[in-house]
Amino acid sequence: MHLADLWFILIALLWTGYFFLEGFDFGIGVLTTRLLARSGTERRVLINTIGPVWDGNEVWVITAAGATFAAFPDWYATMFSAFYLPLLAVVMCLIVRGVAFEYRAKRPGARWQRSWERAVVWTSAITPFLWGVIFANMVRGIAIDAGKSYAGGQGELFNGYAVLGGFTTLALCVCHGTAFAALKTDGEIRERARRLAPVLGAGTLLMLLAFLLWTQAGSGNGRSLGTLVVACAALPAALFLSRLGREGWAFVLSGLTVVATFATLFLALYPEVMPSTLDSDWSLTVADAASGSYTLTVMTVIAAVFTPFVLLYQSWTYWVFRRRISVDRIPAAH
Amino acid sequence: MELAVAQETVARWQFGVTTVYHFLFVPLSISLAGIVAALETAWVRTGKVKYFHATKFWGKLFLINLAMGVVTGILQEFQFGMNWSAYSRFVGDVFGAPLAMEALIAFFFESTFIGLWIFGWDRLPKRLHCACIWIVALGTVLSAWFILAANSFMQHPVGYRIDPVSGRAQLTDIWQVLFQDTTLVVVFHTLTAAFLTGAALVVGISAYHLARAGRGAETDGRKTAAMRVSLRLSLVVAVVAGLGTALSGDRLAKVMFEQQPMKMAAAEALWDTEAPAPFSILSVGDVGEGRNLVALEIPAALSFLAEGDFSSPVAGINDTAEEQAREFGGSREDYIPDIFMTYWGFRLMIFFGMAGLAVAAAGLWLTRKRFWLHPAHRTGEDEPPHLMLTRNVRMNAFLSRWSWRVAVLTLAFPLAGNSFGWIFTEMGRQPWVVLDLQRTADAVSPDVGVGRQIVSLAALSALYAVLAVVEAGLMVKYARPGPDVGERPPAKDPTLRPSDEDGDQPLAFAY
Repeated sequence: MHLADLWFILIALLWTGYFFLEGFDFGIGVLTTRLLARSGTERRVLINTIGPVWDGNEVWVITAAGATFAAFPDWYATMFSAFYLPLLAVVMCLIVRGVAFEYRAKRPGARWQRSWERAVVWTSAITPFLWGVIFANMVRGIAIDAGKSYAGGQGELFNGYAVLGGFTTLALCVCHGTAFAALKTDGEIRERARRLAPVLGAGTLLMLLAFLLWTQAGSGNGRSLGTLVVACAALPAALFLSRLGREGWAFVLSGLTVVATFATLFLALYPEVMPSTLDSDWSLTVADAASGSYTLTVMTVIAAVFTPFVLLYQSWTYWVFRRRISVDRIPAAH
Repeated sequence: MELAVAQETVARWQFGVTTVYHFLFVPLSISLAGIVAALETAWVRTGKVKYFHATKFWGKLFLINLAMGVVTGILQEFQFGMNWSAYSRFVGDVFGAPLAMEALIAFFFESTFIGLWIFGWDRLPKRLHCACIWIVALGTVLSAWFILAANSFMQHPVGYRIDPVSGRAQLTDIWQVLFQDTTLVVVFHTLTAAFLTGAALVVGISAYHLARAGRGAETDGRKTAAMRVSLRLSLVVAVVAGLGTALSGDRLAKVMFEQQPMKMAAAEALWDTEAPAPFSILSVGDVGEGRNLVALEIPAALSFLAEGDFSSPVAGINDTAEEQAREFGGSREDYIPDIFMTYWGFRLMIFFGMAGLAVAAAGLWLTRKRFWLHPAHRTGEDEPPHLMLTRNVRMNAFLSRWSWRVAVLTLAFPLAGNSFGWIFTEMGRQPWVVLDLQRTADAVSPDVGVGRQIVSLAALSALYAVLAVVEAGLMVKYARPGPDVGERPPAKDPTLRPSDEDGDQPLAFAY
C-alpha cells in the first residue's frame, strides 16, 4: 500500500470521526425544538449534554480539512472551490452555532436567549444537510474539467441524489442525537428520547436505504456493499436496543450506522477522490492528487505520535462529564 | 457574471477583512489564556480569594473572545481552497503540513481542555483544573507557531523544491519551515505583541475600576483588591512583552531588509538606494514619479536599523523594482507594493505598539507599591493606588484623572498596532503571494466567478459586523460591573470520583 492510500484512509477516518462526534452534536441541536424539549430548562439540559465537548468535536472537521490540504492539495483545492456556496453556508453556520452556544446564557433576556436557541436549531440542521449534499456530489462526480476545476454551476449541486444525501445525513444526525440524549439525560427527556427513537429511526432507515442503494448502483463495489449492509443493519439494531433500555449499546450502534454510511461513501469513492462526470480521464485520483512522499511521511509520523493522545484526552473528557444531566441539575439562569 | 472588478481584488479584500478581524481575537486569546493561567495558579498556591475573583473575571472576558477567535478561524482554513485554489494546489504540499499539525496538535488541545476548564470547576481537583488552562495556553502558543511557520513560508520560502513535472512547490525539509529564522523571529514578535495586547486590555479595564474607586465611587474592597493585583500583573506583562516586541521587531526588520528589501524600502519610502540611508519620520511622495515631495528624516538611522552601523547602503524601491523586472519580466511598476499602506502601516504599527509600552512603563512606576515610596503614601491592597511621581509627590487630581483615562484608552492601542502590522507585512509582499514564486493574481480560484466572491465577501462582512456589535456589547456588559465578589471558590476540592450525592449537585456552570 502506498502512503497516499494510507492517507486516503486517514482522511476518510477523520471525516467519519467528525460525523460520528459532531453528528450527535448536530442532532442535539435539532432536538432542542419541540421534538424533545418542552421548556427552556429542558432546552438547556440538551445543550449542556454537549457543552463541554462540542468544540473538541468540531476540531475534527478542521483537522480533516487541514489533512486533506496537506496530503491531497488537489483534492482540497478542487473540493473547496467547487462546493463554494454550500461551504460558505457551512462556515457561516459553524460560526453562528459556536457563538450561539457560548453567548446564549450571557444575557438574561428572553428574546436574546430564544434568538440564540433558534440559531442553534437552524445551524444544526443546515450544516449536516449541506455536508450530505457535498459528500453525495463528491461520490457521484461533478463536472471537473481538464484543469481540475469545476465547470458546472452551483445550482447543479442540488440534484436529486445529493439532496437525498443531504436529508439522509441530517436524519442520521438526529437519530444519533436521540441516542445520545437518551444516554446523557435523565427524567422525562430521557423517556421522551427513547419513545422518539423508533419513530425517527423508521423514517431515517428508509432514506438511508434509498440513498445507499442509489450510491451502490452509481459507484458501488464489493467493499461498499459490505458497509452498506452494516449501516442498514446497525440502525434497526440501535432502535431495538433502545427499546430494551440498553442506551449505551443503542448509542454505539447509531454511531456505527453513521460510521458505516460514511465508510460506504469513501469506499465507493476510492481510488478516485473527485470523479469527473465530463471525462473519466479528468477525475482526480488518490495517486495523482497526493502530495510528495516526503510530506506524506512527515504527516504520517506526526499523526502516529499525536493521534493516540488526542483520542485519549478527548475520551477522558467524556469520562469526566459522564454524569447524566436532568432538569434538577441545571443551575438557575444567570 | 462579468463585472469590472478583478477576482484578485475581491478575494484579497475578503482575506484582508476576515484576517484582520480574526486577529483581533487571536492575540487576546493567546495572552488572556496565559494571564488567567497565572492568576489561577496564584489562587491555587496562595488560596487568596482576590486571585480567585480575578481568575473568574478575566476568564469570562477571555471566553467571550476565544469563542469569536475559534469560529472565525474555521473560515481562515476554508478560504484558501475556496478563493485561492491555484495557490492551494501550488503550495499545498508545503503549506498544508503546518496547517494540519496546527489542527491535530494545537486545536485539539485548546478545544478539549477549554471545555474541561469551563465546565470542570466542580468536577476537577483544582490543581488539575489549573493545569487545563495552562494546556489551553500552550495550545494557543503552538497554534501561533504553526500558522506563522506557514506564513513565513510565504514571506521567505525555504525547505522546498519546485517539482519539474508539476511545476509545484514540494516540501523537502519540514525543520527548515518550522525553524527558519523568519519563523522564529516572527513567532517571537507576534507572541510578545499578543501579550502586550492582552495585558493592555487588563490594564485598561483594571484602570477603569481603580479610577472609579479612587474617585470615591461606592465599591467593594474585595473588588478593588482583585483589580489592583490584575493591574500590577498586567503592567509587568505589558512592559516585558512590550520590550520583547520592540527587540524582536528590530531583529525582524533586519531579517526583512535582507529577505524582502522591497517591503522595507516601501516601509521607509526610500526610493533610491542610499549609503548611509536615513530613517523617514514623515514623507509625502509621488508614487508615479518614484520620489518624495516632502521628507523629514534622521540621517543614517535606517542603515543602523538594517545593518547595525551608520554607513551601510540600503536598497531603494526603484532599484529593487528594476532588478525584479529584469529577473521576472514586466515593468518596474509591477513590483512596487502599495507604498502608502506599507509606509503608514509600518509607522502606525510601531506607534501604537510603543504607545502601549510607554503607558505601561509609566503606569508601572506610578502605581508602585513600595519602591522609593514614603510609607505615608502606601495604600492597602483593597484600596486604589495613588499615582506617585516621586517618593513624596503625588500627581495632582487633574493629571491623575487624565492618567487613568489614558490607561483605559491604552487597551485599544496594541489591537490597532497588530492590525496595522499585518496590513503592512502582507501588503508589503505584493505582488507576490509566495515571495518570488507565485503572484497573488495567479493564486485565485480560476473556476470561481467574481460574482460568487462578492456574495461571499458581502455575506461574511455583514455577519462579522453583527457579531462585532454582539461581542463588544458582551465585553462591556461583563467588564463594567467588575469581578463578582459574591462568588466563592468551591468549599472543598472536587475529586474525580465524587460520591453520588456530590455528583448529582447542580452544575457549577451551565450554558
